Amino acid sequence: MDFALFSLNNAWLIPLLPFVAFVLIAFAFKNMEKTASTTAILFCGASFLLSLGVVAGILQHPELIEQPFIKEVRWFSMPGLSITMGQYIDPIAAMMLFVVTLVATMVMIYSTGYMQGDPGYTRFFAYLSLFACSMLGLVIATNLLQMFIFWELVGLCSYLLIGYYYFKDSAREAAKKAFMTTRIGDFGLLLGIMFLQINFGTLEFTELADKLPAFALAHPALITLIGILVFIGPIGKSGQFPLHVWLPDAMEGPSPVSALIHAATMVVAGVYLVARAFTLFHVAPEAQHFVAYIGGFTAFFAASIALTQREMKRILAYSTVSQLGYMMMALGVGSLTASMFHLMTHAFFKALMFLAAGSALHALHGTADIFEMGGLRKKMPWTAAFMVIGTLAIAGIPPFAGFWSKDEILLMTKLHGFTDLYILASLTAFMTAFYMSRMVFVAFFGKENPHNHPHESPWNMILPMGVLAALAVVGGLVGTPWTEHGFGYWVRYGEYHHPHADWSVMGGSVILAVAGIGLAWAIYGAKLIDNEKLASRAGILYTLSYRKFFIDEIYQAINKTLVAGTARFLYWIDIHIVDGFIDGLADGTGWAGRVLRRVQTGQLQHYAMIFFFTVVLVAVIMGLMGNNSAMALIGGGK
Amino acid sequence: MALVAPVGLTHFLLLGTALFCLGLYCVFIKRNAIALLMGIELMLNAVNINLIAFNKFIAPASYTGQVFSIFVIVVAAAEVAVGLALVISIYRDRATTSVDDLDWLKW
Repeated sequence: MDFALFSLNNAWLIPLLPFVAFVLIAFAFKNMEKTASTTAILFCGASFLLSLGVVAGILQHPELIEQPFIKEVRWFSMPGLSITMGQYIDPIAAMMLFVVTLVATMVMIYSTGYMQGDPGYTRFFAYLSLFACSMLGLVIATNLLQMFIFWELVGLCSYLLIGYYYFKDSAREAAKKAFMTTRIGDFGLLLGIMFLQINFGTLEFTELADKLPAFALAHPALITLIGILVFIGPIGKSGQFPLHVWLPDAMEGPSPVSALIHAATMVVAGVYLVARAFTLFHVAPEAQHFVAYIGGFTAFFAASIALTQREMKRILAYSTVSQLGYMMMALGVGSLTASMFHLMTHAFFKALMFLAAGSALHALHGTADIFEMGGLRKKMPWTAAFMVIGTLAIAGIPPFAGFWSKDEILLMTKLHGFTDLYILASLTAFMTAFYMSRMVFVAFFGKENPHNHPHESPWNMILPMGVLAALAVVGGLVGTPWTEHGFGYWVRYGEYHHPHADWSVMGGSVILAVAGIGLAWAIYGAKLIDNEKLASRAGILYTLSYRKFFIDEIYQAINKTLVAGTARFLYWIDIHIVDGFIDGLADGTGWAGRVLRRVQTGQLQHYAMIFFFTVVLVAVIMGLMGNNSAMALIGGGK
Repeated sequence: MALVAPVGLTHFLLLGTALFCLGLYCVFIKRNAIALLMGIELMLNAVNINLIAFNKFIAPASYTGQVFSIFVIVVAAAEVAVGLALVISIYRDRATTSVDDLDWLKW
């Protein structure tokens, strides 16, 4: 049987294989490090091969662009609710499967070097496998419920991995922060899903797509509400403003985890969800504009924070937030293609940069501040080269991957008439080029720090970086404006328009990128401008940026006053009113028991007395009020 | 003119009431089970007086009240026989006839 066809038909194996690896490692290979890592890599590699087959299958069957290939089984059903599980394969899913399995496999190979000698080695590979499984399950979901299940699993895995060094306070805190922040978003998403189920009676993507347009015409306000509720999930998961705070802290996990979270799994899940629910946003223009402006603002906001950060992974983390903002903005302006394209190229170069950063940190035994690094280029030529490639890619220098995808976003933003967002995004591109090259110039060029004794990483860390670096260079070529049946032909929503090259957009972004790199070179490379003096000159702006606009502090303040205050109030209600009612009920019962036990003395004379006085009472009532009421009292008569 | 009014229904009823109250009082305050039974006898006799008085003054033509009182006497005799037997049996078992100690009913 044809392998491509086989893969298409059995795409459900792709998430299943890493899960099998997870079970094997967790229960059988707990104390066998070599076997555990080999198992993880082999199973994930097999998933990668199947994904390649799926991509090939998609390429052989262009009809799958419009008509997704669905296989599903009924999971359970009851009147009015039927839940299925299955696989939903279209070009977007195929692209995601490819990217996720590729990055996951590379990260696993890299981890065999990076995690060498770590006491939790097998645990780490078990988590990685589960992480890959959750993300892949999310990718092929046929309905929102299945997606939500894996969505939560992704959240769980990120929690486990961010808190991997559980003996460290900061790691525990970061894990909790990530879990709780994204949970706030998940709550909105869950509400949105419930709204959809109630109004449409289904959560299947295909059925929703059929029913949505008519419904949107009838209830425009409701559909906007649903769209925004659904989008709150991605705001949390994909680190959009204002729920971005967990993402920079997520670097507390080991570097390979950061690579996986930031490039291919957790944060991409949010973008992917919006892409999957694109029909919903398409019929709800207000919600879509909301997505666009949140995304655009996030891109700019995070970039402005990244300008002044000093820790290498923190800079990269804010750049991820910023790039995710780009992707959301692209979805918001209505271009599925541009968003997915940037998602793909970003996965390549961001994973590459996190792995390179990990390599540098590994060599320096955890020195995180880039100003304490300096001159790594000489001792770590490969890592430095990879980091430069990644930087050029994210900065948007042609012909690196990031240039093409970012350009497509800029172009689409402009074409759809969002001039304000276009300007914001261009400024962001300039800042991106600046802060990324700042990091490279400071950490990898310049004077060597005599306290550091770095050494180049072993081959099993170099190799995966090499693969990703190659893709960061050429990965964007599938989507150039001159590619006739390129990325946009496959991954799209609605009619296909072959994009033309807009020289003003292209030229503008290149000029901004070069200017950004040049400025960084002038300050940090050639030291034409003193950076300390610049910082003090910028004053309040510098402080705002360096302290991340005090968002964390604001949250803390809100936490202390509003949340804690409400909690205290609710606690009082709980103790005094809820518990008070229950306790009162119990006390009342006890009191009634104490009183009533006096009638059960066992003393004959007491019984006789009660009997007698009851007779007297009945007689008195009979005498005063007549027969009927006495009969009613003792329960007889009519 | 008689110095005293002829004995009427009211006198009988007052007598019955007094007798009944004495019996009731006896039942309420006596500690001895046999005295209790005696109190009950008083109350039954109070009822008998009422029955016969009503028979005589309200429905002289019938014997209902008299027959009824004979029934009461028979039943009372049987009851005392059983009651005494019980009391004796309890006494053998517990060496007491004080009703304060006879509170097993609540267990």
